[in-house]
Amino acid sequence: MSASAPSMKERQAALKGLGTSRKRVEDARFTQGKGNYVDDIKLPGMLYGDFVRSQHAHAYVKSIDTSAALALPGVVAVLTAKDLEPLNLHWMPTLAGDKQMVLADGKVLFQGQEVAFVVAESRYIAADAIDLVQVEYEELPVLVDPFKAELPDAPVLREDIADAKEGAHGPRRHPNHIFTWEMGEKEATESILASAPVVAEEMVYYHRTHPCPLETCGSVASMDKVNGKLTLYGTFQAPHVVRTVASLLSGIAEHNIRVVSPDIGGGFGNKVGVYPGYVCSIVASIVTGLPVKWVEDRMENLMSTAFARDYWMQGKIAATEDGKILGLWCHTTADHGAFDACADPTKFPAGFMNICTGSYDIGTAYLAVDGIYTNKAPGGVAYRCSFRVTEAAYFIERMIEVLAIKLNMDAAELRLKNFIRKDQFPYHSALGWEYDSGDYHTAWNKALEAVNYKELRTEQAAKVEAFKAGETRQLMGIGLCHFTEIVGAGPVKNCDILGMGMFDSCEIRIHPTGSAIARLGTISQGQGHATTFAQILASEIGISADDITIEEGDTDTAPYGLGTYGSRSTPVAGAATAMAGRKIRAKAQMIAAYLLEVHDNDVEWEVDRFVVKGAPERFKTMQEIAYASYNQAIPGVEPGLEAVSYYDPPNMTYPFGAYICVMDIDVDTGTSSIRQFYALDDCGTRINPMIIEGQVHGGLTEALAIALGQEIAYDELGNVKTGTLMDFFIPTAWETPNYTTDYTETPSPHHPIGAKGVGESPNVGGVPCFSNAINDAFRPFGLTQTRMPHDHWRIWQTANKLGLHG
Amino acid sequence: MTTTTINLNVNGKSVETTIEPRELLIHVLRDRLDITGPHIGCETSHCGACTVDIDGRSVKACTLFAVQAQGSEITTIEGLGDPDKLHVLQEQFKEHHGLQCGFCTPGMITRAHRLLQENPNPSEEDVRFGIAGNLCRCTGYQNIVKAVLAAAREINGATDKDATRETAA
Repeated sequence: MSASAPSMKERQAALKGLGTSRKRVEDARFTQGKGNYVDDIKLPGMLYGDFVRSQHAHAYVKSIDTSAALALPGVVAVLTAKDLEPLNLHWMPTLAGDKQMVLADGKVLFQGQEVAFVVAESRYIAADAIDLVQVEYEELPVLVDPFKAELPDAPVLREDIADAKEGAHGPRRHPNHIFTWEMGEKEATESILASAPVVAEEMVYYHRTHPCPLETCGSVASMDKVNGKLTLYGTFQAPHVVRTVASLLSGIAEHNIRVVSPDIGGGFGNKVGVYPGYVCSIVASIVTGLPVKWVEDRMENLMSTAFARDYWMQGKIAATEDGKILGLWCHTTADHGAFDACADPTKFPAGFMNICTGSYDIGTAYLAVDGIYTNKAPGGVAYRCSFRVTEAAYFIERMIEVLAIKLNMDAAELRLKNFIRKDQFPYHSALGWEYDSGDYHTAWNKALEAVNYKELRTEQAAKVEAFKAGETRQLMGIGLCHFTEIVGAGPVKNCDILGMGMFDSCEIRIHPTGSAIARLGTISQGQGHATTFAQILASEIGISADDITIEEGDTDTAPYGLGTYGSRSTPVAGAATAMAGRKIRAKAQMIAAYLLEVHDNDVEWEVDRFVVKGAPERFKTMQEIAYASYNQAIPGVEPGLEAVSYYDPPNMTYPFGAYICVMDIDVDTGTSSIRQFYALDDCGTRINPMIIEGQVHGGLTEALAIALGQEIAYDELGNVKTGTLMDFFIPTAWETPNYTTDYTETPSPHHPIGAKGVGESPNVGGVPCFSNAINDAFRPFGLTQTRMPHDHWRIWQTANKLGLHG
Repeated sequence: MTTTTINLNVNGKSVETTIEPRELLIHVLRDRLDITGPHIGCETSHCGACTVDIDGRSVKACTLFAVQAQGSEITTIEGLGDPDKLHVLQEQFKEHHGLQCGFCTPGMITRAHRLLQENPNPSEEDVRFGIAGNLCRCTGYQNIVKAVLAAAREINGATDKDATRETAA
């Protein structure tokens, strides 16, 4: 063995920086059961809170009698809206500019709504006591169909704002109407629709579902009256925003509130919003002077915390006879439930639904979204999605299929014909976005080749013939999807939540011995930030990722940031990390030059050190520089080696992907089985391929769930029909296939390292792909559109309606 | 409320604890014995986050009264390996990226551990069927299955036959 110094390549590898499938540093604690989730937190004297919830979807609350509950030994308090009113906490603002009841104030508007909060010495006593709270209701007519919300006999749900003609997002035309949001050119689009040779029309419904992370939502509030400090632990995807909201709501100065997101057992958008449970745990801790824990159970999670989707998207798409798309029109009826509690940037009441022109060069388009109140749980959150991108992608990828049927054209070819070309980027879409980069043709052709697309179509046609000849009862569906994502919210000039600009942040300290800690404004819920952000930094500052600690989630120590959702951590906080790293390097350069006794410009960066230009044997490593910054006076340079960056992204990033799925469907049982799923993702620069692949597997499985069975369904009385994991579909290992992943790499031109984000891509692209496969199987029998979720019963019904059961 | 005293052997240690007869095993483990590896995900036996091993069988601790476990030997994730010597499954879950948020992981590994006792040389299909009582929302299972198969191979001493079996399945 040679004792010579490591080569540049070896030094590079030792950093475990960008592009390395570095094993996760989080895994040691999780695999040994040493994670620290909110329900693991146990404080001295801690009390437990539990909710009395409404069994009615719409009713007046005539009276609440808490005396029997209070008489139960071990019950410490029972809070109702009357107790919260003097504190002005009986209602709270939503992230969407609406307000929401914390506890029922005179009426209830959805089944499962919070009516009273019981605080007791144990979770068992709290559960006993909720049964002892007597609530007298007067039932009211229930509205579950958003299309009936504005009929003359429709019940008025939100009596608190029945007369308000103006909402947070402009004029309201009816007490049950929340907003109308319009983008694009209405008249120009309608004129194209009137004159185009071909127009395809379809109602595309993306059903109501729920993010359903394996850990439910919860909080532990601890008010220290001696020091006037409130500590709030909880399942928060945006801990800093929660601190600001908690301060505004409670009147406690923001510096006296510490919010901590401990380990989070999956979020997927469910843990972005602020829930009554959080507020009640705070109030209960203030009232009792003791820490109070609230953790919802699974039924409460599914019936009351944020749902996702529920978009009825009426679409029209115009094209020439040879398939060139001329225009796109969309009117969406958005069912928001009882309160508009989606978590979109303020200026986007329908999120980024205006990405609905997708991957296609569509010159003219128009979008209108009507938000409607119904007697359902509030929300409209981005379930592994950047604010309605999933709805947009489903809409356009269904409309393309519907148009292909109308044109009698192959749907893969129709896509190729209309993709935005590589030379058109940066591309300005008809609905207002500037797509930063893309190479759709390359990705699509790679995907078609990878699955032998032509052969699949030949096989499918043969199968249809065999079916018609009575030789098989199985059909084959080929699902196609090319999605364009819009993530990394977002530029402060047009993206804010409750007025907070959607920048993000990173603060780095290099220790004297050359290791480091970096703190970020984001919070991992399984994405592996402690692993990947250290990799970004390793490549920037030449310290091995193994020597860098990443910390997030404690507002007392981490710099302010808007949190983790909508695939924004890598595009925004990842950029802040790189920029802060570059500040460290800039200072290190001055120190290195001083130590090497040369001018600043006479040294250059090389992997992990500054080297004198033309004299490679003269260098200072980052470790040596770090030590020098602490142990000697350097003229004109402050001691220490630290940096902070607050990064305001100049644009969103636009990841994309090409997915193809092959399914076999049994016409008689309605069962479907996934034979093959190929997923090509382009998320720009790849930080950790292992983690990217894991994100894709997970997102595709959530997409499978949504497309093939997962639904929050209501009956006509507003009863939740899918409130447990018995009814709410989550795929097991048994029905989940193996996926084939692939990639192209088109770096973002405006991101410091070219990364775009990947977490939500597989959900955004996966749902249309699975759904298109089901629809495609029945295309030869005249089907253009069948409703999600495609469970066995619905597939059987589709086959039956098409007369395939003889 | 009446109370009763139960004796358990948890991860090799004898414990005696006084509880209400209605207390669920998961709450006794987590709240009284500070064993927080097993998690609560649904309280209806569907998700498996609370899976523990009782007398050689996988049990969902969220739907078992603690008194029903009187006198039994219980193994939780805390009882499988320690920081100085991780269990093969713990190693392989890390190696194959078989976890993300980590919430299902203790139950999943505890179940996989029992599965490999029941069937030391499982096929991919056996693993998928064998862990179907444990839900994961993050990974899509593909890497969990890989990790369990790799652990089985390592426990048995890797052979070509096993490797082929994994690829073919």
